[in-house]
Amino acid sequence: MVAAGESILSVSNLEVVYDDVVLVLRGLSLTVPTAGVVALLGANGAGKTTLLRAVTGLLHSHRGRITKGTVQFDGRDITGADPARVVRLGIAQVMEGRRIFAEMTIDENLRAGAHTRRSRAEVRESYARVLDLFPVLASRRRSTAGYLSGGEQQMLAIGRALMAAPRLLLLDEPSLGLAPKLVEQVRDIIRHINEQGTSVLLVEQNAMMALSIADFGYVLEVGTVVRDDPAGDLLADEDIREFYLGAPADGAQRSFAEVKSYRRKKRWSA
Amino acid sequence: MSPELTAFLTNCFAGLALGSTYALVALGFVVIYKSTGVINFAQGGLLALGAYLGYTFSENLALAFGLSILFACLAAAFVGAGFERIVLRRMVGQPPFAVIMITIGLLFIIEPVLTAVWGFDNLQVPNPWNIQTVEAGGLVFGVRDLWTIGITIAVVTAFFLFFRFSGFGLAMRATAFDPEAALAQGISAKKVYAVSWAIAAALAALAGITLAAGPGGLSPSIGFIALAAFPAMILGGMDSPAGAVLGGIVIGLAEALTRGYQDQLFSWAGDNVSIIVPYLLMIVILLIRPYGLLGTKDVRRI
Repeated sequence: MVAAGESILSVSNLEVVYDDVVLVLRGLSLTVPTAGVVALLGANGAGKTTLLRAVTGLLHSHRGRITKGTVQFDGRDITGADPARVVRLGIAQVMEGRRIFAEMTIDENLRAGAHTRRSRAEVRESYARVLDLFPVLASRRRSTAGYLSGGEQQMLAIGRALMAAPRLLLLDEPSLGLAPKLVEQVRDIIRHINEQGTSVLLVEQNAMMALSIADFGYVLEVGTVVRDDPAGDLLADEDIREFYLGAPADGAQRSFAEVKSYRRKKRWSA
Repeated sequence: MSPELTAFLTNCFAGLALGSTYALVALGFVVIYKSTGVINFAQGGLLALGAYLGYTFSENLALAFGLSILFACLAAAFVGAGFERIVLRRMVGQPPFAVIMITIGLLFIIEPVLTAVWGFDNLQVPNPWNIQTVEAGGLVFGVRDLWTIGITIAVVTAFFLFFRFSGFGLAMRATAFDPEAALAQGISAKKVYAVSWAIAAALAALAGITLAAGPGGLSPSIGFIALAAFPAMILGGMDSPAGAVLGGIVIGLAEALTRGYQDQLFSWAGDNVSIIVPYLLMIVILLIRPYGLLGTKDVRRI
């Protein structure tokens, strides 16, 4: 774990409940180091998206709330803060499924991303930077965003988030539904964004892609962290390879009936 | 000009004036529906409230009529936004049906309040238009009608410029399209909802005052006109501001033309057939285009 002083985001002992009954996160703790890339892995329903919602203040519209624990951003307590404040403080989120404003133009989508910012000059600067990063958007600024291809829409979603000039970027499954070549492109872009000084928390099902750019990885299972290790260690780990990378541990095909994963999971949780 | 043509054009002009009023109210319906997913049945109440406030500013406070209109719209906007802030904000995330029932409740509360303050009598709003007419090219235009059309064009244009080009208009469209994604950009849904209500109430008030300055005067039943604007909104497509304006004009023209040719064409149907025309037209158009003239296909129906 990283010491609190060097971390930009630190989540501790977080408990989130939906509809007052469904406990989705149970005592989750996680840290994103300043200027680092952290990967968050886990199967469907493990609570990855819920964690992001808890950070950005989007739980409310899903009838969820934080019942325990704290979220700190840059030394400031933002537990349960409203989304506008979170964005203003410097956290931007690329939501799962891209969620671009399909009826609006690319230009309008990007301007919507800069909604919380007041300085026009700074917004213009970000705008130029985003178009520089995504030339494919630059040539089609006036066209309707809904007509972009899946990959271009993902670029737009990332560009829109960058328009808020975030210090921490949260990405929820940016590689979902993209062709391998585009996944590589998204990975390079995330790396590039990070190199320019933005910290990144990357939620992915594509563990190979995520761990290839992350410094550190967390594995989530039923709402709690079962592993936290440097990304290199996770990549080399036999269990991780088997569960998340789809590679058999000993190189031979095994039947699932023989895989006693529950024991390993139990060992992790302990 | 032949008398037939003169009669036709006169009817069309009356239809445009009536349609302008419908367009303002229908636009208010759409603004609230688009951003909050709720049909505001209290629109007629806000229209009546705006008209009575305009009356008070003009008659009791002896303000210039233009100022009375402005203040009445501002006051109505304040009431609309306040109602959203105090009552409806607690209902965010609740089923739209419950919120719609609340707006119906508001409608029935506003009416007795108005009669308690201003009484049941038909009032004449002091205004510079009265029943003056101007003549041009053999046609006679009512000054009030001309102003109503002119003001509507100006206000609707201003609204579309605001909605299309301003930063807050962008935020409103983003919220309408995907509330959660808009929130994630730091757009305050609360502010968007409150401003939507303020705009809708101001539009309703404007429609109310211009209507009250007409030959019908001002009575508690003035809010009923919103019922005819309702088909205008549905006909245009519930989520389309342009559709609301178009729907309003279409309904207004249809109603005025039916009334104008009542004796020649519809004498068999009785005297007041023009009153049902908006609803007939709505049914026919919905049968052909279930999502309205300019509405999007996947609009939720209530």
